[in-house]
Amino acid sequence: MTLHPGPTRSRLDPEPVPRRDMLGLASLWSTALAMLFGMFGIARLPKAAVLSSPSKKFRVTLPETLGPGEVFMPAGRKVALFRDAEGVYAVSTVCTHLGCLVKQAEGGFECPCHGSKFSADGTVTKGPAPQPLPWLKVTAAGGAFTVDEGEMVPPGTKVNA
Amino acid sequence: MNPATTNTAMQEFWQNLRAAPRRIYETAFRSGKPVTDRTRSSFVFGNLFLHLHSVRTHLWSLRWSTTMGLGIASTAAFLITLVTGILLMFYYKPYPDVAYDSIKDIHFVVPTGRFMRNIHRWAANVMVVTVILHMARAFYTAAYRRPREFNWLIGLGLLITTLGLSFTGYLLPWDQLAYWAITIGANIAQSPREVTDAVGITEYFDPGGLQRLLLLGSDEVGSESLIRFYLLHVMILPLVLAALMGVHFWRIRKDGGLAKPEDADARLSGRERDTYPVFTEQPAKTYQLAAIVRGKTEVVNRGPENTVPSMPHLFYAELAVLMLTMLVCLALALVSDAPLKDIANPNIPENPAKAPWYFLGLQELVSFSAFMGGIGIPTIVIIGLGLIPYLDRERTGTGVWFGGPGGWKLVRQAVAYGLGACLAVEALVIRFGWLREWFPNVPQLIVTLINPATLITLLYGAYSVWLVKRYQSARAGALGLFTCFLCGFLVLTIIGTWFRGPNWVFYWSPSDWPRH
Ligand code: HEM
Ligand code: FES
Repeated sequence: MTLHPGPTRSRLDPEPVPRRDMLGLASLWSTALAMLFGMFGIARLPKAAVLSSPSKKFRVTLPETLGPGEVFMPAGRKVALFRDAEGVYAVSTVCTHLGCLVKQAEGGFECPCHGSKFSADGTVTKGPAPQPLPWLKVTAAGGAFTVDEGEMVPPGTKVNA
Repeated sequence: MNPATTNTAMQEFWQNLRAAPRRIYETAFRSGKPVTDRTRSSFVFGNLFLHLHSVRTHLWSLRWSTTMGLGIASTAAFLITLVTGILLMFYYKPYPDVAYDSIKDIHFVVPTGRFMRNIHRWAANVMVVTVILHMARAFYTAAYRRPREFNWLIGLGLLITTLGLSFTGYLLPWDQLAYWAITIGANIAQSPREVTDAVGITEYFDPGGLQRLLLLGSDEVGSESLIRFYLLHVMILPLVLAALMGVHFWRIRKDGGLAKPEDADARLSGRERDTYPVFTEQPAKTYQLAAIVRGKTEVVNRGPENTVPSMPHLFYAELAVLMLTMLVCLALALVSDAPLKDIANPNIPENPAKAPWYFLGLQELVSFSAFMGGIGIPTIVIIGLGLIPYLDRERTGTGVWFGGPGGWKLVRQAVAYGLGACLAVEALVIRFGWLREWFPNVPQLIVTLINPATLITLLYGAYSVWLVKRYQSARAGALGLFTCFLCGFLVLTIIGTWFRGPNWVFYWSPSDWPRH
């Protein structure tokens, strides 16, 4: 008696999957599906829905003496404020290259990290920064102003008290 | 009951109790002292931790010049960071208000704290160096070739994980250095925006913003980011590294040990006196199990001649490398303290804000274009490295230093070219500036595409293509390109480390930096 009836098969041939092996296939596919959906959950969790950062709106009172061409940088904020004949406007001081804070320099701003330079209205004049410094939304609030670091406005937007 | 039997039971009990320590030892170490070939073998395969090694090791693998012990040194450095890192976790607190103070405590108050912290820092640096050198040795000895292609890819995974560990660890002290390096790093993750902005599709498709958000857990570097970096640093990445290391080692065994030249046995002639025939008792080697395994394993049809028992020959060599690595880390930790600057201040950037030294080459590239330097070129490099074993299918020179067409002479030329090209481009930029200084209105997309970083990459690529044609060999092209890559890495890292000062301006020496 032979142990393995039928045509001889090489150990290297793939084994045919029995068509009635329902349970086996079901467990295989349910595992695969469960893993897939699990992955969605795992991938979704680390993407925060609510950001923990503090409010980006703040109120400032500009110094009386602030004249055209001068800049006012409120402490602890990433904003430069200007006032000229047409009104008040705010330029972000976060470098558009890789997020360092630009410093005031001759003719505008310069970034300490990789040497980008910007003119006073935010235009890039030198270095790797890909975008001009954005202008931020300013609203007049009874003699003072509210600046929203989270909202950009088109360059040139100025506000009167 | 018969008093005599009680007596023997008690006697037996005492005997067993007395014998217990010896028996515990014998059952733990079943094979006895490793003094004969047989007990040396079971010493290896009877031990969970050692059995990743094969029982016997080829003499070629034991030659100092084959590996220079660099893989083991990487492993050793990892083990050192593991132990010291767990110790640091006793005191470190990953919250922005207290993180800095807890590091200060570790540095100034905790017994041996400063020493452990220094060792951890230095071992991490040593690990980066040894991993890069280990990759270079695997490359130059053409050890990545069939059947080791996939282990080269696992190796690349190890390299990236190692760099990831260093990067995430850098934030944990929450000092100025850490804060601004991570701000820059997170914005590099966001830099695909440089392209999506230029094309005007960021609103709909913003992979950069997503990457940054996932990394920081917020829109700025804060408590969420610190927790994430901490989790990555002490949990996720070490687990990934350990898993990859396990696969890496296991595959070395399955690939038939380390790569060696076809004629390794002939090259070793003169050393046979150290070895003797293995199957002195019953020279029957059976392949019955192998008959159902596809293909042949690398050791079939080859006698175990020119091999020696791994215990003690390999293990003692490994221990020696471990000790040497430890010695280097301890010595460095004694002479140089891990840095700790002022506490992180989100309102005043460190100037210059420098990442850890092995990222300063990248930082130099990033100062030309955030996207190209931070993401584009690193991706090209990693894909290029990963493809090496699949493009070089040649056989000559495997297991030999600088093996393959061109050999050492080609590598020497490539060193000259690689250093020269990179220095020339850098000199041009430092002296004359780049597109934006010449044409102020040049569109950003042009700067992203054509900048010193892409120029260097292009010069290297062209040279490599020329080598492939000249030697009619992919290995020759790879030798040139890899050598250029190492040279570029070296030049850029040195410039970034020593020649860049405030505002990333070029200075011949830090003593020329403006005071402020
Ligand atoms: C944490 C990082 C790594 C560790 C701990 C590690 C460890 C090791 C060890 C212990 C060996 C045995 C031979 C030797 O000591 O050289 C080895 C071999 C090897 N490694 Fe790694 N390695 C790492 C990263 C890498 C990287 C980055 C690559 C390349 C991209 C790589 C590619 C290889 C290859 C191809 C071999 C086989 C060499 C041969 O057969 O001669 N490894 N590795
Ligand atoms: S972050 Fe301002 S130039 Fe790089």
